[in-house]
Amino acid sequence: MADNKISVRNLKKSFGSLEVLKDISLDVSEGEVVVLLGPSGSGKSTLLRCLNQLETATSGHIIIEGQDVTDKHTDINKVRENIGMVFQHFNLFNHLTVLKNMTLAPVHLKTLSKAEAKEKAMKLLERVGLADKAEAYPSQLSGGQKQRVAIARALEMNPNILLFDEPTSALDPEMVGEVLAVMKELAREGMTMIVVTHEIGFAREVASRVIFMEGGYIVEEGTPDEVINHPREPRTIDFLSKVL
Amino acid sequence: MVMIIQTYGTMLIRALGQTLLLTLLSLVFAMVIGMIFGLMNVGHNRVLNCIGTVYVDAVRGVPLIVLAYFIYFGVPAGIQGIGFTNFRLNALQAGTIALSMNCGAYMAEIIRAGIQSVDRGQMEAGRSLGLSYGASMWLVVIPQAIRTMIPSIINQFIITLKDTSILSVIGFPELTNVGKTIMGNTFKNLQTWAIIGIMYMVVIITLSKVSKKIERRINRGR
Repeated sequence: MADNKISVRNLKKSFGSLEVLKDISLDVSEGEVVVLLGPSGSGKSTLLRCLNQLETATSGHIIIEGQDVTDKHTDINKVRENIGMVFQHFNLFNHLTVLKNMTLAPVHLKTLSKAEAKEKAMKLLERVGLADKAEAYPSQLSGGQKQRVAIARALEMNPNILLFDEPTSALDPEMVGEVLAVMKELAREGMTMIVVTHEIGFAREVASRVIFMEGGYIVEEGTPDEVINHPREPRTIDFLSKVL
Repeated sequence: MVMIIQTYGTMLIRALGQTLLLTLLSLVFAMVIGMIFGLMNVGHNRVLNCIGTVYVDAVRGVPLIVLAYFIYFGVPAGIQGIGFTNFRLNALQAGTIALSMNCGAYMAEIIRAGIQSVDRGQMEAGRSLGLSYGASMWLVVIPQAIRTMIPSIINQFIITLKDTSILSVIGFPELTNVGKTIMGNTFKNLQTWAIIGIMYMVVIITLSKVSKKIERRINRGR
């Protein structure tokens, strides 16, 4: 188990009487890019949000780099420093400049000094092609730019794992490419990533494993070729016939 | 009118000073009270939610004049009754407590609404970076909430300033109370209350002009 970056065992999650996740078990090892596919309401976003405990699990265990985050004694804030998350709606801090968005957490948590944080942020911004936007406010950026900043902000914490919750769903079509390009590059560099997306093309090209979920269960998983090109489960076939 | 101003000018100015003192003290305490109970109400702790709700409902459910009587007469009577026979509250103390409690309840609602108007994703983004609930609230959510709160807070300030007149009933020498005294001495109803009214008006209009400026400056930053 120690080899696994993430181990999920018999995870269940209910919102009131609605059971969204019904017995999910999953292992992710270092450097894997796992893409979660499935219709809306299938529980993929909830699963992702359980991993960093934005949603608390109803039962089951989630072990992140050896630490059980469902255990109340685990310092979840410390674990979260190592799990970056990128949201559908970017969630940039609207009252802060791009640079401050990135340096806020590491400076406050003292993982970096102010100067180090700034230097690192500038390098990351350069990497996502937005070095000239350091002093801009989020409201002055396009959707694609916001999402690239959000990715850079997550990277600023030096995470070992990155979670993406439908990162391109809120973007205009012409901006999807620039965000996917950044994600592909991260995948190539060996970042462990879990991505909830409807971008089948991205899954096919980048994923090391594709998981199809429906109704709170993992229905099918395997390589992109297995799941996307040769699905066996009727529900997977049905879903793919609608989105492809 | 000129006669009243000549005779009672310094008294009126001093009374205005007392009104402003009471307002200022109450506002400072009300901000603290509002912050505490407002934050209690946005959190997810049922006990704290309950305390916050009870406070806001109780204080808003009682007219300020009754609250003032209760604190000025009722509370000292109760405390004297259990043995502290020398316990007294002066009008400034009782007035400040009553007004702070009253204004604090409304402030709590303003702060709660302001915080809840900030998108949940802001808190989640803060938490996902490893910031604690408190740090995310303080560094991310509240700075954004304040923008939406400011007009309501200024409005509440003005209401509180006017509400100080209610405290004339417990004998606090603020503007309205002094008005009553002048009226008693001169029997010039029209002139006296016109002067008092204008004095309130001048202060309040000045305040709202200044606050408009502050509001504009804050909004310009974003």
